[in-house]
Amino acid sequence: MNTTPALVILIASILTNNILLASFLGMCSFLACSTKLETAFGLGVAVTFVMVCTTTLNYLLYQYVLVPLGIEFLAFILFIAVIAAFVQFVEMFVERYSPKLYYALGIFLPLITVNCAILGASLFMVIRQYNLIQSAAFGLGGGIGFWVAIMLMAGLREKMGYSNVPVPLRGTAILMLITGVIAMTFMGFAGMISMQ
Amino acid sequence: MSESTKSSGCCGGCGSGIKCMQIIEDGTLKNNPIIHQVLGVCSALAVTGRVENAIVMGIALIFVAMMSNLIVSLIRNLMPRRIRMVVEVAIIATFVIIFDQLLKAFYWDMSRQLGPYVGLIITNCIVMGRAEAYATQNPPLPAMLDGIANGLGYAVILVLIACFRELLGAGTLLGITILPASHYTPNILMVLAPGAFFTAGFLIWIINAIRQPRAETEETA
Repeated sequence: MNTTPALVILIASILTNNILLASFLGMCSFLACSTKLETAFGLGVAVTFVMVCTTTLNYLLYQYVLVPLGIEFLAFILFIAVIAAFVQFVEMFVERYSPKLYYALGIFLPLITVNCAILGASLFMVIRQYNLIQSAAFGLGGGIGFWVAIMLMAGLREKMGYSNVPVPLRGTAILMLITGVIAMTFMGFAGMISMQ
Repeated sequence: MSESTKSSGCCGGCGSGIKCMQIIEDGTLKNNPIIHQVLGVCSALAVTGRVENAIVMGIALIFVAMMSNLIVSLIRNLMPRRIRMVVEVAIIATFVIIFDQLLKAFYWDMSRQLGPYVGLIITNCIVMGRAEAYATQNPPLPAMLDGIANGLGYAVILVLIACFRELLGAGTLLGITILPASHYTPNILMVLAPGAFFTAGFLIWIINAIRQPRAETEETA
């Protein structure tokens, strides 16, 4: 069993073990949806919410359904099914009860199903043997970490619109380099807190 | 120029020799999933700290892409269109589980090192993208080839990035010392996260610079 306090996991997964900058999860949507701050904000909120709920849900299902039945190898299918079903449910719920929120977040929800950060969080949770509270903290921290990273990137990209980037660097290349620099700055937190 | 414009049009066709070569060339060179479509970069960055990991991950992706394309293509006429995504995900997940279990059974150390990234092949957009774009519209044999080609294109880039990172980060290749510590101080940054981003960034930059720049049509950022 993993004994790291939940608060440490929460902070570490935002700063030192950022799910995007240290574990490289969610790069696709990070690159695709960081052109505008507003979009990045929406995606960040949606990812955080879905990640907290799915890691908790997946933890419960894994511990109380798969483990007693001895079918842990089905975890991948279970996790992806839970994520897809949950996202679908949230989408219908939000559409029904808060059309305004639906228009703000709606487009991101289907994207989240295939966001590897969401599935990755659940897989990390199993590998690191978190308990329920730790799983929820990790989901929350992972989501906020993604949110912070994508907001930073969107801010930089909006500024980059004014600069003259060399032609071959345009597109993905410059984004990768910028992400590298952001990741490097986040490494400055490394000594502060550590988590396994 | 003409190459990049026709890129994503997956023209239906069946397996004559020339067609096969074209499918493979499309997947590996002209339309490489990582470099040109920026798909599946997550795992590409995460497992490239060591060449060995990159090779295993490449094999995993080739296997999964090949088998899932084959199966999706075989049942493409039986699948109701509305639930095809679910079916595709289930098929992909099945093969990922098979590979993951094999890895756990025969190669435990590697399985531990790759951690969650084998499982993340399920959400790898390359596999899903090929199943959706190619396998649902083409006969089994070309679909299988397309899977192999795209997997190969992914594997090549992975190994390339891993070579740079392992060589500069630890002075070794596949665990064999190439640059002895007396002559070269390993640059730890290269095996850490930022090194992955920098290497990928520089690689894409170099490839873009070698190919015809297509910047005019591209957005500025």
